[in-house]
Amino acid sequence: MRRHGIVYLLGLALLLLAPLVVYPVLVMKVLCFALFACAFNLLLGYAGLLSFGHAAFLGSAAYVTGYAMTQWATTPEIGLLLGVAVAALLGAVFGALAIRRQGIYFAMITLALAQMVYFFCLQAPFTGGEDGLQGVPRGELLGLLPLSDDSVMYYFVVAVFVFGFWLIQRIIRSPFGQVLKAIRENEPRALSLGYEVDRYKLLAFILSTALAGLAGGTKTLVMGFATLTDVHWATSGEVVLMTLVGGVGTVVGPVIGAAIIIVLQNELADKVGPWVTVIMGVIFVACVLAFRRGIVGEIAARWPGKSRG
Amino acid sequence: MDDIFGIPTQALLGQLLLGLVNGSFYAMLSLGLAVIFGLLNIVNFAHGALYMVGAYVAWMALEYFGLNYWWSLALAPLIVGAFGVLIERLLLRWLYQLDHLYGLLLTFGVALILEGLYRYVFGVSGQPYPVPDALMGATDVGFMILPNYRAWVVLASLLVCLGTWFVIERTRLGAYLRAATENPRLVQAFGVNVPLMVTLTYGFGVALAAFAGVLAAPIIQVTPLMGSNLIIVVFAVVVIGGMGSILGSIFTGLGLGVIEGLTKVFYPEASATVVFLIMAIVLLLRPAGLFGREK
Repeated sequence: MRRHGIVYLLGLALLLLAPLVVYPVLVMKVLCFALFACAFNLLLGYAGLLSFGHAAFLGSAAYVTGYAMTQWATTPEIGLLLGVAVAALLGAVFGALAIRRQGIYFAMITLALAQMVYFFCLQAPFTGGEDGLQGVPRGELLGLLPLSDDSVMYYFVVAVFVFGFWLIQRIIRSPFGQVLKAIRENEPRALSLGYEVDRYKLLAFILSTALAGLAGGTKTLVMGFATLTDVHWATSGEVVLMTLVGGVGTVVGPVIGAAIIIVLQNELADKVGPWVTVIMGVIFVACVLAFRRGIVGEIAARWPGKSRG
Repeated sequence: MDDIFGIPTQALLGQLLLGLVNGSFYAMLSLGLAVIFGLLNIVNFAHGALYMVGAYVAWMALEYFGLNYWWSLALAPLIVGAFGVLIERLLLRWLYQLDHLYGLLLTFGVALILEGLYRYVFGVSGQPYPVPDALMGATDVGFMILPNYRAWVVLASLLVCLGTWFVIERTRLGAYLRAATENPRLVQAFGVNVPLMVTLTYGFGVALAAFAGVLAAPIIQVTPLMGSNLIIVVFAVVVIGGMGSILGSIFTGLGLGVIEGLTKVFYPEASATVVFLIMAIVLLLRPAGLFGREK
């Protein structure tokens, strides 16, 4: 535990100092996707549920936050809360439907439902269609702190990320999280022990989607736009890839995975164009074939005596 | 009788036929998915991408080698099927002992690779493919003007689907296949070469997707993204129908195509999402799917 504490403090110190050396908007984007991947990992890594439609929750919150900020001129915290609420609500509906089937069907159902959200965002009058919502203002946090200042925004995003990360940790370590793991390992046994498996799964789904929404809303504030990319299936695939690369079911894996994928895309997008998709695909295939534990999982497995979290 | 519910009969029947055409593609693709899933326990995410490759093989055959539509109809499934055999031998066979989810993730990666490569070579704009001469024009069948090519698509896909059903349900080879789906170890112990059967099944499944791709080429623009949009709808079709029954897959695919076509007439805004809505309703009422049984 102590060693974990030191690692986290080091990580936090790095985050706080990062804008001195790295372009802050890039780090903010990484943090948003890291939170997104952690939320996704709560579901896949700890409840064993592969959602292939998580972009729907990231994206719907991104749109709602963007809409509230531009049309109703709300303060950013209200915009974020609205985004999270919509994502959680959508998560409750989709989750209730998807948990009616298991395994591979669960993945297909979430993907199909998310595609519905995509078409909705494509056609709805208030999402800006192909253009998306552009020029979303960042506003002033609590009416006091001007987020338009990149460094204020940066520390706000760090705070949001740390809060989300802490919450996920808290969930995993709680009795609730233990039951989730039991369901992942052996669902019939958990059921026969008297746990209402479906309620646990649904709650995990809603928590995960709410946090994905938090990531999406924050992303809109950072970038100043919400577009169809946020709700596209490719984004759902990306979050799977981030988690897989970092390590499914590890605490910090998704953060590292998100950092690698986002930085890679950022570096490659201008240079190689469509090859980015090919490279992502190759990483996917390589991870599944030879590297299923991901970076953090491999390190943990080769580090004797270190407890797996 | 010039209109039904205020919609001109000709428009209604036209949309119905279009729905049947789309339904034929759903049927062929979900059939391939079901056959592959039955034996390999893998949901083939690359199915849409291989359908796209099938359409491009037809386009390239015409453009570079001057081979006409009928050649493509025979060659594209063979080429893509052979490619599928490669995928199975090189990649998929390492996953059979693992959780089914890894199969989905790996084939998703394959789909990304194929899509990215084709986008690199051909760009995102569509390539037109001409309707073959023999099927140009339309026939007046009394109550409507029937475009020949569309009728051919429905007919050809029905023949292929029913042929597949016949082979699997009524022949000795199909009996082996069904037995291996139930219990591969036992079938292998009886001296049947199950690994070979698995490889060929995957090859056959993706050949079906390529066949659908060639059929689709003259109707829609051939683009690198044509498969990924389709495959998600097909997943919904598979959830609705369940992957347990072959005739169920065919019936569900065609039925949903028709419903989608009718939605285009009566409430066009919902035509892109109606299949997903039906999926949600089916999940509420019959979680295992219309023809499914929980595995």
